[in-house]
Amino acid sequence: MNLYYERICITLGPDFDKLVIRLMAAKTLYDKLWDDHVVRSEDDGTALLYIDRHLVHEVTSPQAFEGLRIASRKPWRSGSILAVPDHNVPTTDRSAGIEDPVSRLQVETLDNNCREFELTEFDMSDIRQGIVHVIGPEQGATLPGMTVVCGDSHTSTHGAFGALAFGIGTSEVEHVLATQCLLQKKSKNMLVSLEGPVRAGVTAKDIVLAVIGEIGTAGGTGFAIEFGGEAIRALSMEGRMTVCNMAIEAGARAGMVAVDATTIDYVKNRPYAPQGEMLDRAIENWQQLHSDSDAVFDKVVHIDATAIRPQVTWGTSPEMVAPIDSRVPDPEAETDHVKADGMRKALEYMGLEAGTPISQIAVDKVFIGSCTNSRIEDLRAAAQVVKGRRVADNIKLALVVPGSGLVKQQAEAEALDRVFTEAGFEWREPGCSMCLAMNADRLEPGERCASTSNRNFEGRQGQGGRTHLVSPEMAAAAAVSGHFVDVNELMPQN
Amino acid sequence: MQAFTRHSGIVAPLDRPNVDTDAIIPKQYLKSIKRSGFGPNAFDDWRYLDAGAPDVDNSTRRVNPDFVLNQSPYDRSSILLGRENFGCGSSREHAVWALTDFGFRAVIAPSFADIFFNNSFKNGLLPIVLDADVIDRLFTRVQQEKGIEFAVDLESQTVTVGEDVYPFEIDQFRKYCLLNGLDDIGLTLRHADAIRDYEQNRKQQAPWLFLS
Ligand code: SF4
Repeated sequence: MNLYYERICITLGPDFDKLVIRLMAAKTLYDKLWDDHVVRSEDDGTALLYIDRHLVHEVTSPQAFEGLRIASRKPWRSGSILAVPDHNVPTTDRSAGIEDPVSRLQVETLDNNCREFELTEFDMSDIRQGIVHVIGPEQGATLPGMTVVCGDSHTSTHGAFGALAFGIGTSEVEHVLATQCLLQKKSKNMLVSLEGPVRAGVTAKDIVLAVIGEIGTAGGTGFAIEFGGEAIRALSMEGRMTVCNMAIEAGARAGMVAVDATTIDYVKNRPYAPQGEMLDRAIENWQQLHSDSDAVFDKVVHIDATAIRPQVTWGTSPEMVAPIDSRVPDPEAETDHVKADGMRKALEYMGLEAGTPISQIAVDKVFIGSCTNSRIEDLRAAAQVVKGRRVADNIKLALVVPGSGLVKQQAEAEALDRVFTEAGFEWREPGCSMCLAMNADRLEPGERCASTSNRNFEGRQGQGGRTHLVSPEMAAAAAVSGHFVDVNELMPQN
Repeated sequence: MQAFTRHSGIVAPLDRPNVDTDAIIPKQYLKSIKRSGFGPNAFDDWRYLDAGAPDVDNSTRRVNPDFVLNQSPYDRSSILLGRENFGCGSSREHAVWALTDFGFRAVIAPSFADIFFNNSFKNGLLPIVLDADVIDRLFTRVQQEKGIEFAVDLESQTVTVGEDVYPFEIDQFRKYCLLNGLDDIGLTLRHADAIRDYEQNRKQQAPWLFLS
């Protein structure tokens, strides 16, 4: 901010035109991505935005394809589309197909639509099949500088690559299919800056949960959030994806991280990424994908990342989160009556008493998976905690669901599957699974789950189920302890 | 799309913040490949005491008498009064389809989640933002005068409650589309040449975006 004011002071005076030009030249990452994709604008600022990559899954697309058919339209650019079934697929043996007829019909409808419109689909039997937000980056189908959309709110994940990525509804899916564009109003710019290195045992998941705890689930509404600062720069691409994945839980449709060497190293040599001379050209372009040093954000939030401890949610909204070494908060201490009421309802649903130490909450099930935390790095981290230990007796089910067939293959090559199964975990086929329980994996009423997913809404993991969001390390620690525990207590060498 | 000009109807108070789209329509109903038929399962977990599924006949289920939309006259309401961050969470447009299928034409709240807000306009459901203190007053009023009707007028951008008139803001482009019930896709395809020109330029500047 200071820099910005200094600029004005220095430049204001003899040559006013120059000032205007210089201020206009300073852009945020979001401004750059936006400007690069505007086809045209309406008078009120509504823009027609060009979409480079359209990811499609079975739940939010059938009505869109139906709409195309009714209007006798065709996809504008089939090559931009990558489709995959993930929400309904079983995570157990697939050779017999899908047992639930309603789920089966939805997956078959996607297969048929992709066949009819000649679209690339990784179907259920393809080794590349997996959660849509895991396979896009894995294939290099998500590239820096792209606009990426999908009929799924966690599309924000892809912003980790310095892309503008956001979730859309089914009518918008149809709009992109038919026109390759979306009608959009530009959001405001927010910078969330996480300063300082994080402590041992603190992961990308803890960082983003702490951010949501700080700004609230509506804190990012109307904004595109850029995550920056030392703690973000230090993250791997997997970690950055975890952070951007949950931007939507802070209310922001898009989250993003500037491109750096980490981004470029990850993208190189992936199947859909450019090669050779074109790659060199692309890299030169990608290196511009960061906010200019004097760019102005509408809102800046500074968070001291050194103070973040492993996080556990205690309520039914991701903002209801607390550090592992604290207690379940007391609604009576909350002055805002709407908030206090929400807290009371949440505690009742969660079956928790105010004042209970978080580490005394025992769990029934453990779920390691979802588009937030099912990549190879997540599985490695969880396996490290599990290694040489056993799932506690009170745990009825501990599941590991890799994010894609290729993640699963890699994990098996590293014998991570053995670490999990020997400890008493189940090792499954890739998909969304118990993140939203559209397939057979779910919580029964009243069951409590330590989950690496992104939403702790009522009923999300099964009607009456109680979800606590945590990192893969913390989920693993809960599995072997039977209750929440600071992962550092199990990993003193960390 | 159904046009929206003006609408009067009974207002149902849904007094909780952060009503998420999972709550508006739970996941088991997302397996449908149709756009209609979601109304009976709107707010399913709150509306019924037993578990529902796509193949379960709702008329055989135990309704929750405490849930507002099960009470008369709110079972006939067409305007929903909500709190902060309405429609947060999943992008599922099924949430909007469930509300319109139930009979809602407008939702009034202090704030909405972005994707839900967008989806509403595509389906003729008008999301209206009013200040939190106005909403507080409206909740009091609706609770005192059970079954009170609000009149929403999109042209003049007002909500009328008895003798009180509350103006609201709306993007002009969205207002225009909603007033005329216009199909976005048709509108966009009028600019097909501009889209093709953009694509040609982009292919020169950034050919790696067009590899497949
Ligand atoms: S893993 Fe969960 S959050 Fe991610 S796409 Fe699947 S259902 Fe949605």
